[in-house]
Parts: sequence; structure tokens; C-alpha cells
Amino acid sequence: MDAQICQDPQQLYQASHVVLPGVGAFEVAINNLKKGGWVEALNDNVLVQKKPLLGICLGLQLLANKSYENGVFEGLGYVPGEVRPLRELSFDLPVPNVGWAEVSFLNQRMFSQIQAGSCFYFVHSFYFKPTNPDNIAGTSFFGEKFCCSIVKDNIWATQFHPEKSQKAGLALFKNFAMWNGSST
Amino acid sequence: MKVRVIPIILLRNFGVVKTVEFSVYRPLGVATNFARVYNSRGVDELIVLDIDATQENRGPDLEYVRDISEECFMPLTVGGGIRNLADVTSLIQNGADKITINTHALEKPSLIDEIARSFGSQCVVLSIDVKKDEQGEYKVFSHGGKVPTQKNLIDWIREVQSRGAGEILINSIDRDGKMAGYDLELINLTASQSKVPIICCGGAGNLEHFVPAVSAGANAIACSSIFHYTQTTPLAIKETLHRSGIPVRIQ
Repeated sequence: MDAQICQDPQQLYQASHVVLPGVGAFEVAINNLKKGGWVEALNDNVLVQKKPLLGICLGLQLLANKSYENGVFEGLGYVPGEVRPLRELSFDLPVPNVGWAEVSFLNQRMFSQIQAGSCFYFVHSFYFKPTNPDNIAGTSFFGEKFCCSIVKDNIWATQFHPEKSQKAGLALFKNFAMWNGSST
Repeated sequence: MKVRVIPIILLRNFGVVKTVEFSVYRPLGVATNFARVYNSRGVDELIVLDIDATQENRGPDLEYVRDISEECFMPLTVGGGIRNLADVTSLIQNGADKITINTHALEKPSLIDEIARSFGSQCVVLSIDVKKDEQGEYKVFSHGGKVPTQKNLIDWIREVQSRGAGEILINSIDRDGKMAGYDLELINLTASQSKVPIICCGGAGNLEHFVPAVSAGANAIACSSIFHYTQTTPLAIKETLHRSGIPVRIQ
């Protein structure tokens, strides 16, 4: 599949699929999206044209209604839910949560051709808590179970990094590339 | 989290080398080939160290890092010659996920704070090179094990964490390349002072060396010679750990 890094929001209109990756802090990222004109382009392509979207890591968190990272900030609101500190889930485990962890699959299409019990690579200090449990596509553990991937209409997102998760991650990318964005 | 198995690729004059006690280099081949093979063998991360950079007083070679990162669908840590935030920024732009610093952190400890503030603690792997002196005391060395420092090991382990290091790569200079086992006392001492994950390095030579290192407190196992000079594979190491009830990722 042919992939391009977009420098200009207009490039999104030429794409069949959109990936929203992200590393860093929520506030800076959402402000950059707003300033650069990305929010309008994302709304058009993802909400109106219904192109498949894959959010990765911070790109997943940006889909929420709001985040509590270093304050309270409004997100894109594509998937109802909040971004909350991992510290809430465990007092003892080190934060950031870094490394390989098993993911339980709840969405067949996203994890098609990936062996059950596969591990993915995580690096994060916050997690997405969806309002609607139907949007949970996968779970992992940090002291307790948490949602680590989501699905809603033509939107997929993962807290872990498929691009750093070798075979299992590349298979997920393949599943995304072959998906037309329909939920059936 | 799973215990990780991490090969270290040592670069010198753009080739991969093996060292013994941080010297006696043997050329082994082209780094991108190593990265490709390790990626296909399902190792959990890769560390690439340019062991000439600091001594040649230059920064890391970005093009080389980009070539390696293109072979590498796993976390990539790059070290050697990182002097400032600009070096870190360009490494990350060229495909590194984490950086590891040593000499320049010893010379200017606030560099740790700066990198952690800009890129997060998860990005900062603090490398500490340690050698025992005649009295059996651990001493911290800089410049690729060539220059002794006055840093007290325990104080330094604590300081780097309070400044924002996200992981500690603890290297035994004495054990380097000997393939006679890790320095378990050193791992134990480091683990007892550390709240962040520890990557142990130096001495792995056969499958019996890994479980004791994890039992001593290592969260990740780094090794180099064992892959170059024996038939041991990353999978065999993981299976050995798994049989002892240690959680590992087997893909």
C-alpha cells in the first residue's frame, strides 16, 4: 500500500484511508490540529466522507471528548469518552507504561489473522475510557483491565503502537488497509 | 510487562563490531543486515550504539540510523555521541524511539532533565558503564569505559531517576565480551536502587545466564556476543525464561 506523510490538510482529500498517529502531550497536539486547519479536513474526510481512520497512541486519545492530561482539554469528540491517568488504575505500577503486553481481542476484523494472546508495544501514561462499552475493540491490563483499542463506525484506534509491534502490528495495518470503513 | 530480550549492535566505522572489556574490536558486518535479521527473529527491541562518536567528538550519524529504523518494526534505541537536545530531536526524526546517553549526561546531568521534559521519560535510557577497582568497589566510567569518574554508583543511579531517566542500561565493563555470565551483584545493586526498568548488559554467553539475571532484578536482557558467536537465538532465550515462569513475548 502506498502511504504518504501529509504536510497539508488538503492532502487528506486525496487519500482513501487516514492514519492519525501521535506522540507527545494532548494539549499541544490538539492545538496544532486546530491551528493547522486539520480539524476541518478530518471532519470532512472522516465524519462526512466516512473514510476509514486509524488513530494510534495519542491519535487514539485525540478522538475523545476530553482529556485530563495536565489540565482539562477538549478533543475531537469522534468517540464518546475521556482520557484519564493510568495512575487511577494502579498505585504501584510504574508510569509510563512501557513495553510489550498481551491484548485481548473484541473486534474480529481489526485483529483478523492475528494469533490470540499476541503482544503489542505500549508507551503511555494516560488511557481512553469510552462511554459506550460497545466501542471497546481490545483490552489490556494495567493493574486492572483497560480499553486499549476502540472501534466506532469507520474509526479504529489503538493505544499501542502497531508500527512497533512487528508481525502482529503489521497484520493490523494490513487489516486496516483492506477495510472499507463499514461496520458490517 | 514482559521481560524483554534486546540485542545490542555496536557500530564502529559504520560496521558492526564485537568488543571485549570495551576494547579489542572485531568487525562483523553491515548493521542494516543485523537489524533485518533481528527483526525477523522477533527480538523485543534493538539498541544501536555508535562507540566511536563521543571519542571522535561528533554527533550520531543520522542517515545510518534512518536506514536501520527502516528495517526495524520494533522500538529502536540509539546511543553514542548525543550531546544536546538538537541531537536527540534529529535522532527521533530519523526513526529512533528512545535515545541512550552516558558520557554527556555525566558531564552535564541537566541534559537528562532537558530530554525528559521535551520527549518524556520513556525516551531516555541512561547508560552506566561500571568496572570494579582493586578494592572491589564499583566505579563509574565515561568515554566508552576509558575514563574513570568520581561519581558514586548508587548516588548516580538515584540522581538519573530523579532527573527523569525512564530506564537504566547497566553495563559491566569487566564482563563485556567474556560470555561468562552477567554481573549479578551489579544487577542486584542497581535494581535495589531503581524504580525504573533496568536493562542488564555484559557477559551473556549461554542459556543458563539469563534466568539468574532476571532473578537478580533485570527487567530486560541485553546481549551481543552470544548472537554473534553461538547458535543461541532470541527465541531460545525466551523459551528458557518462559520455562522458569518469567513472562516473555513469543510471537
